[in-house]
Amino acid sequence: METPTSLTPALEVFDLHKRFNDVEVLKGVNLVAKTGDVISMLGASGSGKSTFLRCINLLEVPDHGTVTVHGETIKMSTSKYGDIIPADSSQVIRLRSRLGMVFQSFNLWQHMTVLENVTEALVHVLKMSKTEATDRACQTLDRVGMLDRKDYYPAHISGGQQQRAAIARALAMEPDVMLFDEPTSALDPELVGEVLKVMRNLAEEGRTMIVVTHEIGFARDVSNRVIFLHEGAIDSEGSPEQVFTNPDSAQLKKFLSNAIH
Amino acid sequence: MALPSYATPAQRIWHYIYLAMCSIVLFFLVMPLLVVIPISFTSTPFLQFTPEMLRLDPDAFSLRWYRIMMGDCSDPGITTVCSDNWKIGALNSLKIGITATVLATTLGILAALGLSRPIMPFRKLIMAMMISPLIVPLIITASGTFFFFARLDLVATFWGLVLAHTILGLPFVVITVTATLVGFDTNLTKAAASLGGGPIRNFFKVQMPLILPGVISGALFAFITSFDEVVIVLFVGGPDQITLPRQMWSGVRQEISPTILSVATILVIMSICLLTTVEMLRRRSERLRGIRPS
Repeated sequence: METPTSLTPALEVFDLHKRFNDVEVLKGVNLVAKTGDVISMLGASGSGKSTFLRCINLLEVPDHGTVTVHGETIKMSTSKYGDIIPADSSQVIRLRSRLGMVFQSFNLWQHMTVLENVTEALVHVLKMSKTEATDRACQTLDRVGMLDRKDYYPAHISGGQQQRAAIARALAMEPDVMLFDEPTSALDPELVGEVLKVMRNLAEEGRTMIVVTHEIGFARDVSNRVIFLHEGAIDSEGSPEQVFTNPDSAQLKKFLSNAIH
Repeated sequence: MALPSYATPAQRIWHYIYLAMCSIVLFFLVMPLLVVIPISFTSTPFLQFTPEMLRLDPDAFSLRWYRIMMGDCSDPGITTVCSDNWKIGALNSLKIGITATVLATTLGILAALGLSRPIMPFRKLIMAMMISPLIVPLIITASGTFFFFARLDLVATFWGLVLAHTILGLPFVVITVTATLVGFDTNLTKAAASLGGGPIRNFFKVQMPLILPGVISGALFAFITSFDEVVIVLFVGGPDQITLPRQMWSGVRQEISPTILSVATILVIMSICLLTTVEMLRRRSERLRGIRPS
């Protein structure tokens, strides 16, 4: 393993393939994210962008390809049935804790308060003491503007607040890369803004982020690179100016004209 | 419940017939349980309301059958067998019931987890086999278990009864936990995995607390099944393995004594307390977390 330097990309994905039964969802997707990159992934539903995100932290196991986090490649092997499986589950667990993920449906644990949701992984995965974890959690909740709701159960707060708490839960782990899986798609329109604002702040702090989204505005204003997926492959890629001002592929033009209205 | 003012006479008549039918059903369900309670306090050795009891004469009531139940044989007027068997039986039933419940719950949760995974082969067949003790007549399960356990030297042992009762309780746990897992959002365990939690901790920290209501009601059913089971005990249990239902069974066959009503009263009160406690705990946790019953 090469020693990570400041020039080592935070995340490298090479030639990722994934099929569900007969449907090939990903047909060889590559991605390199340098530290501080904010990459937006666009695409129609079914284009494989959520699956791609889930393959990065192995919530879905890719059929082919490699994922490298800060110079460390996730080792894969072949099971006796011929399936591709992670070779070292403790490595996967360790790398997952460095890839914070925010889900479309928040996925806060209903039986814990907001604060407990955030401290849980700090105590059990990062092995912090209870007081350290609570301090860190309160700081993080303050950054997303949720400190005053820390003792609420998820069922008692709005969707936007739940998503901000979920961001805090991932953020408190101080991950190398934050993965956002359509973070605003399950929200009522009037609640989208507060979540996007938090994400904007994170981008301005220089956090490495990969955002699967339908928010064209966010992709254009905040990200420094945009990837457009079409049927499991990268169709267009470039800076927001390149992608939005001069779309060169027919699919992208169609997608943009549908999305902007 | 109340009729709207514009109800037609036919609707009114039907409404009262409906109320009457509901009352009759509830009456027949509850009355046999309630009638036992006052008779258990009789001072006579007969299983009936004496005229003195109906007049509410204080001398007609006593705790003598409760004393005999507890093994106090100093009562000069007793005509029936008096022994410690009620106490021994209750203790045995509790021991067997609790052990069988722990086993059935653990195995049942594991089975339900496996059966609710889409990649599990032969799910329907395995489910049917797990549930079969509920459907197969008990006497067949009992005699089959007897012949099978005889070869394994498990007849007339504590673990023999525990295993047999585990088999009986297992379907309840499998059914209730499988039903709870249907509504379980697997994204919640994925969220735990995405934060770097191992599979075992994720189960106990995230999945288990959320399926707990199903686990508790399954465990409760398994316990009650074991606690009032007599057929298997008669087949598989040895002569000195007295459980509470077995003692009641021999009680009604060999002696007609109000002691059995004292036991029944205590069991009714215990069941009510158990169910109330569980229900109150469930409501409390729901109110706390604002989870609306789905």
